[in-house]
Amino acid sequence: MLQIRNVRLIDPAQHRDDITDILVDNGRIHSTGDAGSGLVISESRDGNGLWLLPGLIDLGGHLPEPGYTQKGTIESETRAARSGGFTHICSLPDTSPVADTSAVIKLILEKAASAAQVHVLPLAALTQGLAGEQLASMVTLSEAGAVAMSNARHIIRDSYVLRRLMEYAATYDIPVFLSANDAALAAGGCMHEGPVSTRLGLPGIPATAETVSLAKILLLAEQTGARLHISQVSCGRSVLMLRQAREQGLNITADTPLANLLYTHDAILGYRSLYNVQPPLRTEEDRQALLAAVESGELAISSNHRPHEIAAKKAPFAEARPGMSQYDCFLPLAMTLVHRGELSLNALIRALTVLPASVLRLQHGLSSGQAFNACLFNPETEQTISASDLYSQGHNHPAIGASLRGRVEEVFVSQV
Amino acid sequence: MTSLIHHETLRDPSRVQLTDDGRLKHFLTTEGLSAELLTEILDTADSFISTQERAVKKVPLLRGKTVVNLFFENSTRTRSTFELAAKRLSADILNLDIARSATSKGETLMDTLWNLEAMYSDMFVVRHADSGAAHFIAEQVTPNVAIINAGDGRHAHPTQAMLDMLTIRRHKEGIAGKVVAIVGDILHSRVARSQIYALRTLGAAEVRVIGPGTLLPKDIEALGAKPFYDMKQGLADCDVVIMLRLQKERMQNALLPSEGEFFKLYGLTEAKLACARPDAIVMHPGPINRGVEIESAVADGPQSVILNQVSYGIAVRMAVMAMAMSGQQSQNSSEEMA
Repeated sequence: MLQIRNVRLIDPAQHRDDITDILVDNGRIHSTGDAGSGLVISESRDGNGLWLLPGLIDLGGHLPEPGYTQKGTIESETRAARSGGFTHICSLPDTSPVADTSAVIKLILEKAASAAQVHVLPLAALTQGLAGEQLASMVTLSEAGAVAMSNARHIIRDSYVLRRLMEYAATYDIPVFLSANDAALAAGGCMHEGPVSTRLGLPGIPATAETVSLAKILLLAEQTGARLHISQVSCGRSVLMLRQAREQGLNITADTPLANLLYTHDAILGYRSLYNVQPPLRTEEDRQALLAAVESGELAISSNHRPHEIAAKKAPFAEARPGMSQYDCFLPLAMTLVHRGELSLNALIRALTVLPASVLRLQHGLSSGQAFNACLFNPETEQTISASDLYSQGHNHPAIGASLRGRVEEVFVSQV
Repeated sequence: MTSLIHHETLRDPSRVQLTDDGRLKHFLTTEGLSAELLTEILDTADSFISTQERAVKKVPLLRGKTVVNLFFENSTRTRSTFELAAKRLSADILNLDIARSATSKGETLMDTLWNLEAMYSDMFVVRHADSGAAHFIAEQVTPNVAIINAGDGRHAHPTQAMLDMLTIRRHKEGIAGKVVAIVGDILHSRVARSQIYALRTLGAAEVRVIGPGTLLPKDIEALGAKPFYDMKQGLADCDVVIMLRLQKERMQNALLPSEGEFFKLYGLTEAKLACARPDAIVMHPGPINRGVEIESAVADGPQSVILNQVSYGIAVRMAVMAMAMSGQQSQNSSEEMA
């Protein structure tokens, strides 16, 4: 039995934040508080000054395997995720081949079973080949182990297909993850349309590319009763629309990528291709609205992790591949929002544990009897990040060269 | 406290083109350059104009240097003026027309440039369809080769803007205090962006942009330009009218209904020009579409300085090439010493 003594246990699921001891038996939490007598403690650790959090859950990151192993492997990227505080990650289906058959889902799960450092929860393609035309075999894919269906950021242009896939998924209570993005309005754009895109002469993606698409999705969700999660929200206006939809009784969840909480389109000045991401970084007003929605519990936070080889980013801005590597030092990076007073600690942890767990209907937390998926965090250790510290093969990481406060000491991933 | 955010990205983006002591070593954009530096370019160009009127037009400033014209987008006119400018500075010049390959463009671009650098090239004149391409090359690929931006996407065309400044200075006795209108497709125009920055820095009283909402970029006010939808209002009291070329594609992209309607609203006619000051000059970066953005009577009329612009182009390009080469050399030698 493992004991961690005098640790600050933070679990928003139980509204808990106190200093305690915790006992873990065979990968499950036995108890917290005073151990009592008669228990055989094989390993006892001092948790003084450390925090114990439920492991972080990612609602969407790119595992480049199968198909893009020049960018990373299931092993490298899950190792990075673990070092960033995650115990569970949802892998997006835009692999090669696309995760639209049970064979690919099984391949990912088998590879994960042998090489992954965290629990890999595959998202399967909503439509065949992510083409937005024919439905993927959702029931078969769920049975194969997919936790939800997603079209990654591949656009479903046809409103009819959108309606039918929601109806079909609703029949079997299969969760659907959708990104709001209107193909025609976003066409040709590579960053948020506004003063910065005008200054740099880069084609813009207006906020309406997201909100017009979101309006359509919300109306169809109302009609079909689908269990819907909106992935990667980037606009303040979207937060408002989601709130109105919930007020009208729609059961809908959403997340925003960490990058959209940390940065704005100003980061692109100087044509920094690192900040070429999808959804695009938007304005300070958008960032503030997203932060407020995380604070109030309306938005979860996702990684949108997307590792790239160096050549993919070393190009003129519009030709650089979009995406940012995020898994390494994810929690210390996210903690900068708390240090800057932009987000409360409770809201941050909730957005990375409780909210994603409820989207996925996962039992997750630090109460007795639960599987021990947890993150031991040292909040004070200062570290300067260099590329050689990263586990991810993608060195397109914004923290390289930065000094971060706080370090993940250990992540416990249950085998059960 | 963690100092993670934007610590390097918020720096002045124009710094890339300057030496440690503030001289030009690349010429990428007019944005962020001081009035002194812009004026130095114009003064240097002025001095070259007199050499251009001589029988022997060559000066030896770039003797022994190799200049490579790297045009990833076709442009006979701009390329020719750079070629002439380089030759009149006594440089060796190599012209490369490089069609962009469909796959892994970034890699191809870098490989091409490294190869040319290995041949001891001293200056690249770059035209590329991507905004920021010249920046990218100067910052990340071949920083020790002087890069002259000959047009990158919608972003900048700084030598064109400077020859326009020279035209205004020579024909209107200075830029300070002048009201300048730029008319037409501002959205896609790298020339307009470079002009706006140069005009603001050189003290123009007002820079106006005139066009339909579809062709004015969002938040153009942030660059210091005042938008007008009505041509006559926009031209009122102007000292300088700059017309931009309208590309045919704009009709297919649902940005405009027809050339005819555009000409009716924004085509420069003698009647519309009458709204500007009587001594206003008319400019156009060329090539002009007669009957689309400008009528022949105006293009060939007494207020037009369009052909003068072309002849100043060589002098301005000679000026920035000479200045950037000198700045690049002093930067490289000071780095070698350090």
